[in-house]
Amino acid sequence: MLQFFQSFPLDLLLIQTVNGIVSGLILALVASGLTLIFGIMDVVNFAHGELFMLGAYLGVVVLATTGSFWLALIVATLIVAILGAAMQIVTLRPLIGRDPLNTILVTFGISLILQNFALWEFGPVARKLPEPITSYFTLFYLQYPWYRIVIAGLSAAIIGGFWLFLKYSKFGVWIRATTQDRVMAQAMGIPVPWVYTGVFAIGAAMAAASGVLFGPLGSINHTMGLDWVLKAFIVVVVGGMGNLGGSIAAAIFVSLLESYAAIWLDPSRAVIVSFVVLILTLLFRPTGLFVPTPK
Amino acid sequence: MTTAPFHKAMPLGKGKLSHTAVYWIGFCAVMAVLIVAPLVLPIFWAKFLTEILIWGLLAMSSDLLIGYTGMISFGHSAFFGLGMYGAAGALLQTHPPNLWLAILAGLGGAAGAALFVAYFSTRLRDIYFAITTLIFSQIFYVIIFTWTAVTGGENGLIFTRPHFSIPFLVDMRFNVLTMHWFVLALVAGSYLLLRRITRSPFGMVLQSIRENEARTRAIGYPVERYKIVAVMLSGLFAGLAGVLYAVQNEFAAPDFVFFVTSGDTVIFNVIGGIGTLVGPIVGAGFFQLLRELMSRVFGEQFPYLIPLGFIFIAIIIFLPQGLLGFARRWLNR
Repeated sequence: MLQFFQSFPLDLLLIQTVNGIVSGLILALVASGLTLIFGIMDVVNFAHGELFMLGAYLGVVVLATTGSFWLALIVATLIVAILGAAMQIVTLRPLIGRDPLNTILVTFGISLILQNFALWEFGPVARKLPEPITSYFTLFYLQYPWYRIVIAGLSAAIIGGFWLFLKYSKFGVWIRATTQDRVMAQAMGIPVPWVYTGVFAIGAAMAAASGVLFGPLGSINHTMGLDWVLKAFIVVVVGGMGNLGGSIAAAIFVSLLESYAAIWLDPSRAVIVSFVVLILTLLFRPTGLFVPTPK
Repeated sequence: MTTAPFHKAMPLGKGKLSHTAVYWIGFCAVMAVLIVAPLVLPIFWAKFLTEILIWGLLAMSSDLLIGYTGMISFGHSAFFGLGMYGAAGALLQTHPPNLWLAILAGLGGAAGAALFVAYFSTRLRDIYFAITTLIFSQIFYVIIFTWTAVTGGENGLIFTRPHFSIPFLVDMRFNVLTMHWFVLALVAGSYLLLRRITRSPFGMVLQSIRENEARTRAIGYPVERYKIVAVMLSGLFAGLAGVLYAVQNEFAAPDFVFFVTSGDTVIFNVIGGIGTLVGPIVGAGFFQLLRELMSRVFGEQFPYLIPLGFIFIAIIIFLPQGLLGFARRWLNR
């Protein structure tokens, strides 16, 4: 037993903890966009992963023309937000009042279009985004890039800023009112259809921002959207759908577990850990790990 | 579930009886066209038609869930793929390869996958069900993709097509024609069986779950159990489609376990018209024809899914019943 603990790779464990938290925060940013749209509009945005991908690609394009990563982040986010608003107006608005299952179908159609557009426009070869911050600090024997810490901080800042926005701004109050009681909100003069559009735009912007931020950590290709939307779906189901805090906690939890599993397992198989978490959640707490009472 | 008289759901009367007659005449006419078609068509289009029938079977199996039970499955690729790999495994293990064993093994594989998916995902409703089926199908994809020793990993499995054999009676090689007729027989049989299932008391309960789940539960039906059986039945038919696809093309590949197959299945259903059983086949035909046409006119590289995606969205918004929606009541009578 003692031998086991002595051979326990404590340093590796710590490194993986940092890695897990970093990727968890990016995932939390993706998932909170998804949760936000679901919680308020009852829409499961299947195209969320594609918006993530589109954000990353737009980041590549803007970076190539302007040379500034941070400008690319802002421009890509804004463009995708506008695109999201347009998508909502054209495709989702006519479906208000219909069976919510229609919305998952429509957003699935959108994801098909966006994915194939990306394949057509950018080709099947994966792209790379260069890191804007190239300095390192020493973590045990490793040169750990500062950029990862910066992304984690930025993701947390965006989520925190969004929370403040929901809490204190006028539009945030409208959003919360619409979540609580759609009809009453409308009766009070809140322009509910525009709240929907705004929420969809914000969710899309969050996906795009996380896409650009994630860009330097991996390769950008047209199929990356599905991977991310799957991860986000798992997180959202584990955290309890429509529950913002729950999905953030679940994102970090699942990512931590996955990066611990990557110590012993091949990374391509480490995904199975998140599947197992999902199955266990469905077995014992079908409404989500972090939801106190079923809706 | 199997013993109800055929006309139970249909009040007898002068006008109504002729509906049955018209239905069967129509059925026979369509069958006749499908039987004769490969004799007339060039080989490429005959094979194309066979493939449409297989995709149609897959779509039809999913219609049992989407159209009749009100549950959208985004995970039918798992059942289809397990059917494929089950058949491939049986064909590689037996000498000489036996068609019936392949079908049995494929159905077994699909049933296993379906039981697993059904047990967990029927705990959730609506959108959650759709998401969990998607995630579960990806589990199977990851397993098949990474377990190279058994599944051949990325390359998949390649085998030779089995003979069509009935012990002591027939033993013949498949050609394009007989393959088509064999597929047609199984697809038509599956259609009749599925139609029978949807019109049985069991099918009525499924439709009542679609209409009002809470009330169905209140009446006293064990809704979860009905849903599990529905998912399993659907998975079995999807597995049969997988077996047929594997036998037709002589390979099993992980690409078909990937989400794209499930997505296509949903598209077939929505375009053709859910809740009609025939609609999904029409949808599959429409989809494949349009794809073939576009790649011929605009070249192989043309992203045909972009226009198809627009058509798909337009159909959901403007024609939610699908192409055959106008005939939905008539077909289910």
